[in-house]
Amino acid sequence: MEEFQVIENCLMIKLPEEVDHHRAGYISERADCFIAQSAVEHVVFDFEDTQFMDSSGIGIIAGRYKQIACLGGKVYAIHANPQILRMLTLSGLNKLVICDYK
Amino acid sequence: MKNEIELYFDGISNNESLARVTVAAFVAHLNPTLEELADIKTAVSEAVTNAIIHGYENYYGYGKYGNHFPAFMQVHPGKVRLHCTLEQGILHIEVSDEGKGIENIDKAMEPLYTTKPELERSGMGFAFMEAFMDDLEVESTPGKGTTVRMQKKLAAGPWFGRDDND
Repeated sequence: MEEFQVIENCLMIKLPEEVDHHRAGYISERADCFIAQSAVEHVVFDFEDTQFMDSSGIGIIAGRYKQIACLGGKVYAIHANPQILRMLTLSGLNKLVICDYK
Repeated sequence: MKNEIELYFDGISNNESLARVTVAAFVAHLNPTLEELADIKTAVSEAVTNAIIHGYENYYGYGKYGNHFPAFMQVHPGKVRLHCTLEQGILHIEVSDEGKGIENIDKAMEPLYTTKPELERSGMGFAFMEAFMDDLEVESTPGKGTTVRMQKKLAAGPWFGRDDND
């Protein structure tokens, strides 16, 4: 299950085990609620539990990046496994999002 | 040895994980590496998601509503067909739908091109399928449907306890 938590000015999003189109809409919606409600400056995507991701996950990150970056915030992707990092690299998101290895 | 499976399922997002897990289980006896398995699962997921979102336009991931559809939601009743063949260590995957088809396949296959940016689709579906599989073929007739064929050679796996004809 995904978890959302606001710590100071950061929104931490712990992603579920599998990030696909089925869950993506819900995760984006919840994240946008938190960004609008709390004064969130940065967003952190935590892939610690995530075993699987497809291009829907790229869509979630890119969508949040667009919102956060225009206000000067940063987006982080942490604990990403090699497969997820490969997708971030292929899509070019690794140049926009700060990635951290598992 | 030749092995073949076929799976028909409703074109709704609940079945995306079913499709990729089925293919992963289908090749499990070849002892694929974790990386190969992840590649196959991602490619299948992309193809099936495309059929659901673009073919049948069942846009929304229903995860939000659990496994129940709210009454107001119109769901296209189309089916997605997943067909896999395993022959001499090569996995052939065919994902087809009878949805609205693709007007311009070359354009659709361009990385970052998407017809549904409002749904936060990244436009990376075909690019990932191409990157993660060895071969990709797309066939489509507007109004009739789309078929995606992919191939991947699976590495030898362990050198003991294998069927020589495999």
